This record gives sequence, structure tokens and C-alpha cells, in this order.
Amino acid sequence: MRDMADPATRPADRPAASGVPKIRMRGVRKAFGAKQVLDGVDLDIAAGRSMVILGGSGSGKSVTIKCILGLIQPDAGLIEVDGKDVLHMSRAEREALGDRIGMLFQNGALFDSLPVWENVCFKLLAQNRITRAQARDKAAEVLAQVGLDGSVGDLSPAELSGGMQKRVALARAIAARPDIIFFDEPTTGLDPIMGAVIDGLIVDCVKRLGATAVSITHDMASARRIGDDAAMLYRGKIVWTGPAGTLGHSGNAMVDQFANGEREGPIHMELRR
Amino acid sequence: MDTFLLDPLAALGRATFALCRTVGNVTLFALAGLSHVVRPPYYGRMFWRAFIEIAWFSLPVVALTALFTGMVLALQSYTGFARFNAQSAIASVVVISLTRELGPVLASLMVAGRIGASFAAEIGTMRVTDQIDALTTLSTDPMKYLVAPRLLAAIIALPLLVLVADILGVMGGWLIGTYKLGFVSAAYLKSTFDYLQAEDVISGLVKASVFGFVIALMGTWCGYNSKGGAQGVGGATTTAVVASSILILALDYVLTEAFFAR
Repeated sequence: MRDMADPATRPADRPAASGVPKIRMRGVRKAFGAKQVLDGVDLDIAAGRSMVILGGSGSGKSVTIKCILGLIQPDAGLIEVDGKDVLHMSRAEREALGDRIGMLFQNGALFDSLPVWENVCFKLLAQNRITRAQARDKAAEVLAQVGLDGSVGDLSPAELSGGMQKRVALARAIAARPDIIFFDEPTTGLDPIMGAVIDGLIVDCVKRLGATAVSITHDMASARRIGDDAAMLYRGKIVWTGPAGTLGHSGNAMVDQFANGEREGPIHMELRR
Repeated sequence: MDTFLLDPLAALGRATFALCRTVGNVTLFALAGLSHVVRPPYYGRMFWRAFIEIAWFSLPVVALTALFTGMVLALQSYTGFARFNAQSAIASVVVISLTRELGPVLASLMVAGRIGASFAAEIGTMRVTDQIDALTTLSTDPMKYLVAPRLLAAIIALPLLVLVADILGVMGGWLIGTYKLGFVSAAYLKSTFDYLQAEDVISGLVKASVFGFVIALMGTWCGYNSKGGAQGVGGATTTAVVASSILILALDYVLTEAFFAR
């Protein structure tokens, strides 16, 4: 079986960046009280590509994708999806856009009051696109795509291991066949082997759907596996973008320090002594 | 000297502004929640789940509270009224006290402890584990899915619980009246119903409905706005129970004034 997560082979499988970016951010700013988290983020993500956003803890990675998702309203700036300004969309347009987006949360964010199959097909059921009887079959089908047996569908999320919860969360993110998928720290809390498995599944699912993927991670191995392109967020700004395969030897001192986990370099961690 | 005088005033001003802001936020939240009650899509399964949780699973605690309250009321009334040879009024006092006041207030306080805490803890946990954000990304309005069904369920369930509490409270009074205090059963029941008016029962049920709304509102609001992990959820739960209990007692006075002040 071909390793779909092999970073050396992946970029060639992907369409090259076209003229109109799938997601375009310009001058996006967001502050929480006195803390300026995003300080003019400029970023283009091409359709059909997998972008990995890197950055230290508290650098604003999660805030960036929450702004795109509409979960946080930025203070200033422009965010476009397919050339449409998402910050000034009507409610109906926003809902239509939401229908095309999937999201895998860092901790899975599975609904623990619902069985796995209802979690997986939640969006399809909420939109009355399928009946509850059809949802069980659909859930089994999607669970199979992430390497889980259909019998898992009857379990509660609390009965699953961390790796299985991530896979169920991935199944939920892809069940409605979105064309943009966000991954928030997809391998956090997993052992390296399970992390690689999840990365492989992410690459496989994104490729199968032909979706545009945006991931945020600290995990360099994961970034290289799932990303076509990478961007580095530092002090609220994108300071570098380039191919994910060059992480660690990009020529940018900040990126290379971060990717190689070096203490010395232009990035200074704000530690109390 | 200036600081000595101004600091307490500044603190009072800040507290007043914070209170106004909170009242405003709760009011907007309540209006948004109620607007989603009448606007589709409707989440019938969430409504039934909340309704069963409130009406069915609160039944034992409400029933026991009402039963013992009726028994104690009959006993206390007897010892008090015996000083004036007014023992015959006991049945009427028990039924009117229960239907107008004790049934709705005590049942609601019991439900506030159970359901207010449960709503705040569940929704608060969903907030701090990103489940509410997940709902939004799954094309589902959290206000519509989490808040509106609970508000509606509580508004409907509380009057039903209070009706049961009224009946069991009267039964408690009747048990003590007939088996301990020596009243004739038929005479006790006749006295109960002779002086009972529809207004007594209906005012209690209206109160219950308002109290149900307050319990669900405070539970969902505190949970929805909880922050900071387990400690935040714990704080939200405490606030939900305390705030709804105080509001129940305060609104009880307001509603009693509205119904019965002449």
C-alpha cells in the first residue's frame, strides 16, 4: 500500500496554486483586552492544497482559523473564501458556507451525550439530508474510511481511546463531504505511531474529497506529512510561507529554529525567571 | 483622603456597571432563546430529553418535598390554631398555602438544585471542550439546539410538577389530619375543597411556569458563558443554582403582589 503521508510524494499529487486563492486573509487583527493576538495576518491558501500553519503556543493559530470559521469576529481585516468576503456575508450565505466546511477540533469535541454514529452524521441529520436509519449506514461507511469498524458506531465517545476519538472526529469532519477542512492540532496527545496513522488518514481523506485543508500544529513530523505548504505565525503576523517539505532547512532563521526545536535563535520564548 | 473616600465609591460604581451589564446580557440571552423557541428548525429530541429530565426525574424529590411539607403544615397549623379554637381551618390553610406558595416555590427550589446545576454543568462542559464551537461548525445554532429546547421544556414541565406537588401536599395534610389529629376524612376533604378557588391553583401554576423559565435560563446562561476549565464549570454551576434560587424567591414576591394585592 502506498504511503499517502509521504511528504516527498504528496505535493506532486496536488493541484498547483491557481490565481484565485480558496482562502484569502488580509490585515486580519484581533485583540483580547490588551493582548494583540493577530496583528495583521496576510495569508493565501490555494484551492485543493493543504496548508499547515505553524507557531508557538499562544501565537494565534487557533484564533486565525476560528476567525475564518466565523467563531471569532476579527477587529479588522478581510477574510475571503472563493473571493467572497465572509465577514460581511448574510446569515444565509454564512450558513451555506458553513455547509461546505469541516473541522477537526484539538480534543475531538465529540458530543458525549450522543453515540458515535450520531456524532459522525450530526451535520447530515441536522440538515435533514438523511434519515436516522440511513445515518447508521452512512456512519458505518465513513467510519470504515478512517479505519474503524461499524460496530464502533453504537459506542459512546467516552468508551473510545484517544486515537479512536480522533478518528471519529475526523469521520465527523468529512462525513458531509466538505470542500474546506480545518484540523486543529490533529496529533496532539497521541503517541507517534497513532499520530502518523491519523496524519495518513487526514491526507487520504483530504485527497479523496479534493478538499482544501488548513491545519495548525506544533508537530513538525505531522506538518511535513500532511502539508503541501506551510506558514509560520509569529507575534500575530505571518512571517514566512513556503513548501512544507522545506521545514527545517527553509533558509528562514525563525522557521528553521522552530522546526528544529532550537533554543537559540531569533524567537525568544517569554519565560518568567 | 480623597482616595480613601473615592475608592469605595469607585468599587461600588464598578459593581453597579457589572451588574447592569450582566442583567443586560441575561436579558438579551433570554430574548434570543425565546425567539428560537418559535422559529424553526425545532429539535424535538432535545426538547423531550430535557422534558423527561425535568418532569420525570425530578418527580421523586418534588413529591417527597410536597408530601412532607403538607404533613408539617397540618401539624404546625394544628398546634397554632388550637390556641384560638380554629382547628377547622387547617384543611383550608394547608391547601391554600400549598397551591399559592409552597407548592410552586419549594418544587422550583428543588428543581433549581437538580436541573439548574445539571444544565449549567452540561453546557459549561460543552463550552470548555469546544463542543459548542463544534455545533456551529456542524451547521447547528447552539442557541436553537441547546438553549431553546431547555427553556420550553422547563416552562411546560414545572407547572405539571407543581400540580403533582399540590396534590401530594394536600394528601400529606390529609394523612396527618385524619390519622394523627383525629379529623373525619370526609369533613377534612370537604373543608379542603370548599375554600379552594381556581385562582389559587392557576396562580401557582403560572408562578411555576415563570420559575421554570428562570431555572432553565440561569442554568443555560451560566453554562453557555462558562470559562476556564473545570473550575469555571464548577463556578457556573454554583452561580446557576444560587442565582435561580434568589430569583425564584424575588419573583415569587413580585408575582404574589401582581396576583393578590388589592
